Amino acid sequence: MRDNTQTPEAQVAQKSKISATGVQVHYGDTHAIKDVNVEIEDKTVTAFIGPSGCGKSTFLRCINRMNDTIDICRVQGKILLDGEDIYDPKVDPVQLRAKVGMVFQKPNPFPKSIYDNVAYGPRIHGLARNKAELDEIVERALRRGAIWDEVKDRLAAPGTGLSGGQQQRLCIARAVATEPEVLLMDEPCSALDPIATAQVEELIDELRQNYSVVIVTHSMQQAARVSQRTAFFHLGNLVEFGDTDKIFTTPEDPRTESYITGRIG
Amino acid sequence: MTQTSLLKQDARTARRNRAEARFKAYGLIAIGIGVLMLVILLGTIFSRGAGAFQQTYLTLDVTLDAAKLDKKGKRDIEDIKKVSTFGYAPLLNDAFAQLVDSGAASSDLKPKEMSGLLSKGAEARMRDAVLDDPDLIGQTVSFDFLASGRVDGYLKDRVTRDSIANDKNISVEQLDLVDQLRAAGLLKKKFNLAFITGADSSDARPEAAGMGVSMVGSLFMMLVVLALALPIGVAASIYLEEFAPENWITDIIEVNISNLAAVPSIVFGILGLAVFINYMHLPNSAPLVGGLVLTLMTLPTIIISTRASLKAVPPSIRDAALGVGASKMQSVFHHVLPLAAPGILTGTIIGLAQALGETAPLLLIGMVGFIASNGPESISEGLLNPNSAMPAQIYEWAKRADPAFYERAWGGIIILLVFLIGMNAIAVLLRRRFERRW
Ligand SMILES: Nc1ncnc2c1ncn2[C@@H]1O[C@H](COP(=O)(O)OP(=O)(O)OP(=O)(O)O)[C@@H](O)[C@H]1O
Ligand SMILES: [Mg+2]
Repeated sequence: MRDNTQTPEAQVAQKSKISATGVQVHYGDTHAIKDVNVEIEDKTVTAFIGPSGCGKSTFLRCINRMNDTIDICRVQGKILLDGEDIYDPKVDPVQLRAKVGMVFQKPNPFPKSIYDNVAYGPRIHGLARNKAELDEIVERALRRGAIWDEVKDRLAAPGTGLSGGQQQRLCIARAVATEPEVLLMDEPCSALDPIATAQVEELIDELRQNYSVVIVTHSMQQAARVSQRTAFFHLGNLVEFGDTDKIFTTPEDPRTESYITGRIG
Repeated sequence: MTQTSLLKQDARTARRNRAEARFKAYGLIAIGIGVLMLVILLGTIFSRGAGAFQQTYLTLDVTLDAAKLDKKGKRDIEDIKKVSTFGYAPLLNDAFAQLVDSGAASSDLKPKEMSGLLSKGAEARMRDAVLDDPDLIGQTVSFDFLASGRVDGYLKDRVTRDSIANDKNISVEQLDLVDQLRAAGLLKKKFNLAFITGADSSDARPEAAGMGVSMVGSLFMMLVVLALALPIGVAASIYLEEFAPENWITDIIEVNISNLAAVPSIVFGILGLAVFINYMHLPNSAPLVGGLVLTLMTLPTIIISTRASLKAVPPSIRDAALGVGASKMQSVFHHVLPLAAPGILTGTIIGLAQALGETAPLLLIGMVGFIASNGPESISEGLLNPNSAMPAQIYEWAKRADPAFYERAWGGIIILLVFLIGMNAIAVLLRRRFERRW
């Protein structure tokens, strides 16, 4: 299903960051992901779309091994990050997650101050040598999360006291503060107003300069706006994967077409 | 369809409203009964126990005759020590004789009978004062002596002239003297600190018995329980809740912990007797053993409440921590545990309060019925020397025949209740404090 008709300059700029082959996920008896193969490129935004319950979040959580925390979840297949198998027994998932950051579907700030929310990651990874550096990292992350102006006067206030949309942007700031190489975002804008959404999309665009971003979204427009590549999931299958332009204009699979035109989902 | 007015209740709504009103009434009645019981309980405890905090004292001038206390006259402390409490008894008799001579009271009783108004510890009290300060010898010193349990009971209306008809410990003539001394202001009830700080006493001196030493016993037991049950309980809960794989072994452990919480406490007592005393040869009646037994009893309570409060922390917090690259342990100690702390604390304090009030297991390891006359002097003594505990002390007093002890049992319950209420208040305060931080 890999789309090979790329423009020459794209081929130069893009190299595979994550490569998944034959991924199967079971939750007990539920077969949630069925034999999925995906190449996620560096410095690219990849969008996962599909109807509710089709396995987008599940697949996303395979990429930073968050599924390890679910006892009944079994992952099979191969997922390579920079050519290394992340499910190799030698891999420590904690080290992996420092490289592959995640923003969750539901905003989940720590019940600590706004500052501590963002500073927590850099602290445990030893990214700052002193308070001034940490302050700088926190400010930069909050600016990138498009929330700095709203919280700069109350960094000591609890993160849980923010509105839902603000909390989500705080979580984005928290995720970028550790400078991950890959950022996984599970419906990051579902609780945001159009202005904040635009800011987050701008951030995603900026992150693309250095990182690879995977975003799950229910908004076709958002997928079309921010992503270069789109994967369409349906009932655990990867139905179609290719350049965003192509998927939205000339989809190959009839299911993709029905979904993006609003007939299934 | 006919138009129905909202201003009029239809039959179904009226029925529902009546049912609701009935239910509310049941609830109110239930609460009313509960509150009434509590009021009766507290009222009884306080009306019966309050007396124990007051004790009757007689103020008496005693001439510490040098000829009797220090025959050689050298004021050598070793010589003075040789005079036993028996040597002090005549001084007391003289003091009473003098009292009658001075006209403060008139009585046909012999001085020795008059001395019978005082607690049997009066001589020891004088001797202690003299040994403390030998310069008192030769002077006339005013002492506040504890009156005997019967005299105290007379002032508290527990003992009456009718009730002592067959009592060998006190006579009607003695009560006449008591009335005179009372009128003269020499005999009166005062606040009795010794009840809170003192040691238990033998059957003959109910007026001198106090809770203090058993309180220390309880304190040391609670220290043992806290030092063992809290870390073990919390560590076990964290492991079970956060790290343990979900399999049948974990399930069995879980079921057994729940079962353990329901095991009668006396079973833990017999276990303590068999293991700690008979097998490990730890000393009988020691707060260390009591603490170990109560630890076994408290562990399930702490584990269950800790696990419940760990479970109550939303999983999204764990995800968030893992998502930024925290290890499992970091996510637990940095995020989950602080959130669960108020619940853990409450559970621990409730467990401790339970342990504090527990009597049955102490019966089996010999902490009941033991009279410790002195408080411990060091921590190791406190842990290893035989002692009693507050509820055991109360039980012990309630068993004794003399009604004066019965009053002390109620007084002891008041002290125990004060401790329990204090602990619960601490739990509430700590919880509030923690909660405000998030
Ligand atoms: N923890 C879990 N335990 C058991 N089954 C799960 C679990 N999480 C997801 N599933 C199942 O896996 C399938 C895929 O779920 P997933 O959350 O990945 O869907 P999704 O595409 O992200 O949906 P949405 O768009 O609503 O977020 C669903 O059938 C769901 O019931
Ligand atoms: Mg999802």
